[in-house]
Amino acid sequence: MPDSRRKTHRLVALCLLGCLLFNYPILALFNVNGAVFGIPVLYFYIFSAWAVLIVLMGLTVDRAG
Amino acid sequence: MLQGWVIVVASFGYLGLLFAIAYYADQRADAGRSIIRSPYVYSLSLAVYATAWTFYGSVGRASADGVGFLPIYIGPTLIIAIWWLVMRKIVRIARQNRITSLADFVASRYGKSALLGGVVTVIAVIGIVPYISLQLKAVSNSYTILTHYPEIIAPAAHANVPLFEDTALWVAMILALFTIAFGTRHLDAAEHHQGMVAAIAFESLVKLLAFLAVGVFVTFGIYDGFGDVFRRAASDPELRALMTPLEGVAGSYASWVWLTILSMLAIMFLPRQFQVTVIENLDENHLKKAVWLFPLYMLAINIFVLPLAFGGRLHFPGGAVDGDTFVLALPMVEQQELLALLVFIGGLSAATGMVIVETIALSTMVCNDLVMPVLLRMRRLRLNERADLTGLLLAIRRGAIIGVLLLGYVYFRVAGEAYALVSIGLISFAAVAQFAPAVLGGIFWKGGTRRGALCGLLAGFAVWFHTLMLPALARSGWLPLEIVEAGPFGIELLKPLALFGLTGLDQITHAMIWSMVANVGLYVGVSLFGTQSPVEHHQANVFVDVFRLEAGGAGFWRGTASVHDLHGLLARFVGVTAADEAFAGFLAGRGKHWPEEAPVADAEFVHFVETQLAGAIGAASARIMVASTVKEETLTLDDVRTILDEATQIVAYSHKLEQKSQELEAASAELRAANERLQELDRMKDDFISTITHEFRTPLTSIRAFSEILLADPEVDLEERRKFLGIITRETERLTRLINQVLDLAKIESGRAEWQISQVDLREVVVDTVAGMSQTYKEQNVRIEMRVPAHVSPVRADVDRLVQVLLNLLSNALKFSPPDTGRVDVELAEEQGRVRVSVRDNGPGVRPEDQNYIFDKFRQVGDTLTGKPPGTGLGLHISRQIIESFGGSLWVESRAGEGACFSFTLPAAAPRMASPEPPHTPVIRGLGRMQGAGRDEFPE
Repeated sequence: MPDSRRKTHRLVALCLLGCLLFNYPILALFNVNGAVFGIPVLYFYIFSAWAVLIVLMGLTVDRAG
Repeated sequence: MLQGWVIVVASFGYLGLLFAIAYYADQRADAGRSIIRSPYVYSLSLAVYATAWTFYGSVGRASADGVGFLPIYIGPTLIIAIWWLVMRKIVRIARQNRITSLADFVASRYGKSALLGGVVTVIAVIGIVPYISLQLKAVSNSYTILTHYPEIIAPAAHANVPLFEDTALWVAMILALFTIAFGTRHLDAAEHHQGMVAAIAFESLVKLLAFLAVGVFVTFGIYDGFGDVFRRAASDPELRALMTPLEGVAGSYASWVWLTILSMLAIMFLPRQFQVTVIENLDENHLKKAVWLFPLYMLAINIFVLPLAFGGRLHFPGGAVDGDTFVLALPMVEQQELLALLVFIGGLSAATGMVIVETIALSTMVCNDLVMPVLLRMRRLRLNERADLTGLLLAIRRGAIIGVLLLGYVYFRVAGEAYALVSIGLISFAAVAQFAPAVLGGIFWKGGTRRGALCGLLAGFAVWFHTLMLPALARSGWLPLEIVEAGPFGIELLKPLALFGLTGLDQITHAMIWSMVANVGLYVGVSLFGTQSPVEHHQANVFVDVFRLEAGGAGFWRGTASVHDLHGLLARFVGVTAADEAFAGFLAGRGKHWPEEAPVADAEFVHFVETQLAGAIGAASARIMVASTVKEETLTLDDVRTILDEATQIVAYSHKLEQKSQELEAASAELRAANERLQELDRMKDDFISTITHEFRTPLTSIRAFSEILLADPEVDLEERRKFLGIITRETERLTRLINQVLDLAKIESGRAEWQISQVDLREVVVDTVAGMSQTYKEQNVRIEMRVPAHVSPVRADVDRLVQVLLNLLSNALKFSPPDTGRVDVELAEEQGRVRVSVRDNGPGVRPEDQNYIFDKFRQVGDTLTGKPPGTGLGLHISRQIIESFGGSLWVESRAGEGACFSFTLPAAAPRMASPEPPHTPVIRGLGRMQGAGRDEFPE
C-alpha cells in the first residue's frame, strides 16, 4: 500500500503545517489592526487559512494516488 | 404566536420526527439496506461534536474575547488530518475485539482489566456531567427566553425556582425518556445504533441550517454584510479591542495553544465522539471523506459566529443580555418569530444530539464496565445461572441514562449558574483529555502497563478534580471559598488555581499542564518500572500490531469447553436466536453445520464466543463470564515461562551447534596444517635421500675412476700410482666419514644414540683437540691461538662427542680462514654456571640471513657446485644436536666480512664434592628431548 502510505504522510505534513499556521508566531503577524474586504486581518487570516487547509486535505484524500 | 404550547408542540414534533427517522433507519438496517452506510452520513454524525456549546456558547465566548471560541474547532481540523493514521487503527482494533466503548477499549488494552474499565467509566461520567448540564442549561434558558417573546429577559437564577417548575428538570426527564427509546430498545451484540446515527446526522443538518439562517439574517438582514458589521464594531473602542485580541483580551498564546490541544484530544476521547467515530463506524473508508467534510462542517458553522457576536454587542450594549443568548435574542428583537423558533429548534437539536449519544455511550460504559463486572462477581446473585440476562442489561442501561441526566441536572442546579457555557464545557474537555495517554500510548507503545495506565488516569483525574472541579463547586457556594483563595487546609502550594505556585495562566491551561504532567509522567514512569502480566502482554501485541496480526488469532484461552455450555452462555446475554446465528456463522466458516456438527470448542472457538460476548457486555465482563463457565486454564505465568524456556532452549541449541561447527572448523584447519607438514616432511625426506646419494656418488665416482685407471693401465709410474691411491684413500675416508655422520644423525634423531656420559674437564678437551689440529693449521699457514683459564667447572657429557663437535668447529674455521693471514681464536670461559667454548675466525663470515640455515642438514653456505667449501653439510647440524642433547646450546655470531664466532655452552656440573662418578656411566639410550626434537625429521 505505498499509495496509502504516501497519503498518510501527506496528511501528517498537512497536520504539521496547520499546527504552524495556527500558532505563535505566525498568528502574531496577523494580530494587527486593519481589514481585508472589511474583515479584520486576524479573522480573515484564520478563516482563509482554515479553508485552504480543508481544501488541501480534501485534495490529498480524494485524489487518486 | 410564540406561546409556551407552540414551542412545546414544535419541540415534540421535532423529537417525533427524529424518532421516525431513527425508526426508519433501523428498519432499513434490519433489512440489510442501511441508509447510514455513507461517508456523508458518517461525517454528519461526527458533527455531534457541535453542541449547544457551539450553537449558543461560541457567540457568547466570541462576544467576550473575540477569537477564544476558535481553537475548539481548529484543533479537530488539525488532528483529523492524522486520523487516517490514528483513528483507523482504533477503529480496526475496536472491530476486531468487539469493543463497545472507550472504557472497554482501555480495559481491553490493559489485560481486560475490570478495574481499569471501571475507573475510566467513573472518570467519564464525572467528567461529562458538567457537559450535560451545559446542554440542559442551554435548552431551558432558550425555552425561557423564547416564551417571554417579544421581551428579552435574563433567565432567572434556578436556585430559586421550585424543583418541579424548573424547565431544566423537565428537559432532562424528556431527554432521558427519548434517549431510552432511542438507544435501548433492543440489545445489539455489536452496539450499533443505526437509527440513532441517522437521527444524529439529521440533527447536524438542522442545527447547521438554523445557525446559517440566523447568521445570514443578522449579517445581511440587520447589517449590510460582513464588512458593515465589523466596521460598525470597530467604531466602538471596546469592540475594537476584539479585532486584535490575541494579546490582552483572550489571554496569551499559551491558552490558545492549550485550547487547541485540548480540543484535539476531546474530538477523539469524548465518549460520544468515540461512539460515533469508532463504535458506529461501518466502514473504515468513511474516515477518508470525514477528513475534510467534518472540518468543512465546522468551518461553516463558525463563519457567522463573529458577526453574530459583534451584532449582539452592538444591539445590546452594556451587557444587558448574556452573550450566550445572542443567537436567539437577535431574531427576537427583530420580531422574526419563525426564525426565532427555528433557532430554538436548532439549539434543541444540538443539545439533544449530544445528550442522546453521550448518555448512550456512558450507559454502555456504566453497564458493561462498572455494574456488570461487579454483579457477575457477586456469587450470591447467581447471575451465571439465569437463563436470559438481556432484560437485566437493558434495565441497567436505562437506569444509567436516567442517572447520568439527573446528575447533569444536579450539577446544573449546583454549579451551572457560575459559568458561561463554554467554560462549563471546557471542564469536561479537560476530563476526557485524561484518557489520551492511556489510549494513544496503548495503541502505539507495547510497553504501557495496566498499573501505569491506572496510576496515570487516577493522578490526572485527581489533578483535574482539584484544579477545575473544586473551584467550580466553591464558586457556587457548595464548598467554602477559602479552599480556592487560601488553598486546602491553608496550604498555599495546593491552591487549586495556582498549584505549586504556578500563576499567570488561565484556569484551563493551568489544569491541563499539571494534569498532563501527572498523567503522562505516571503512565510512562510506572509502565517503565513495572512488568506486564501475560494477558497484558498479549493484548498489547493485539492492539499495537493490529494491522499485522489481521485475523486476531486464538487469543489467550487454553483448554477446552463444551460447545453447548458456550452456546448457553452466549444465549443468556444476546438471546437464543442471535446465539444460534452467531454459531452457525462461525461454523459455516469451517464448513460445518450448527447444531448437528458441533465440534469440540477449541481455543479459537472460545475466543470467538468471548468476543461475541464482549460485544454485549464488554471485554472485562465477557472474560469473567467465559472464565466462570468454561473449564479452562488461562495461560498462566508458568505457561508463558515454559514457552519462553522452550524458546531459550532452541536458542541454546543453535548456540551449541554454532560452537560445534566452529570447533570442527578449527579441527579441520589443524588437520590441514598437519597434512601440509607431513607433505613437507615427505619432501624433506626425498630431498635428504637425493642429497645423500649425491654426496655418496661424488667420492665413489672418483674412487672408481682412479681404481679403473690403476686396473687398466699397469704402466702407470709409481709417482702417479701413489698419487691415485692417495686420492682413493682420501675419498674412502670421506665416504666413511659421511656414512658415520649419517648413521650418527640417524641415531641421534631417532633417539638411539649411545652416550658415554662422564664428568668432563673442557680444558683438557680444548687443549688436546687444538693440539691435534695444530699440525693441519700449520700446513694451511693459519694461526691458531687459545685462551684457557686455569680452572673451569666440569660438565657432564660424552667426551668423544665433545671432541667431535670441537673438531668440526675448528675444521670449519680453518676451511673459511683465508690462507696466510688466517687466524683462529679458541676461548674457554665459565660464566653464570655455564661453560662456554668459542671458536672465532677472520674469514668471510656468515650473512645474517644464512645464520639460521647453516645448522640445517646439508646446508652449506656458498656455491655447492664449486666444491668449496668441502664437507658433507651435516657437521654443524650434528654438532648442534649433540650439544643440545647435553643440555647446552650452539650458536653463531657473525657479521658478513668480519669473521664468524661459533660458540657453545654447557651447563656446569655440580661441584666436585658431589659423589664421585664412575668414569664410565652405563649407556643411556637416547634422551627424551632428543626424541621430541628428532621425531618429526627422521621417521624410520
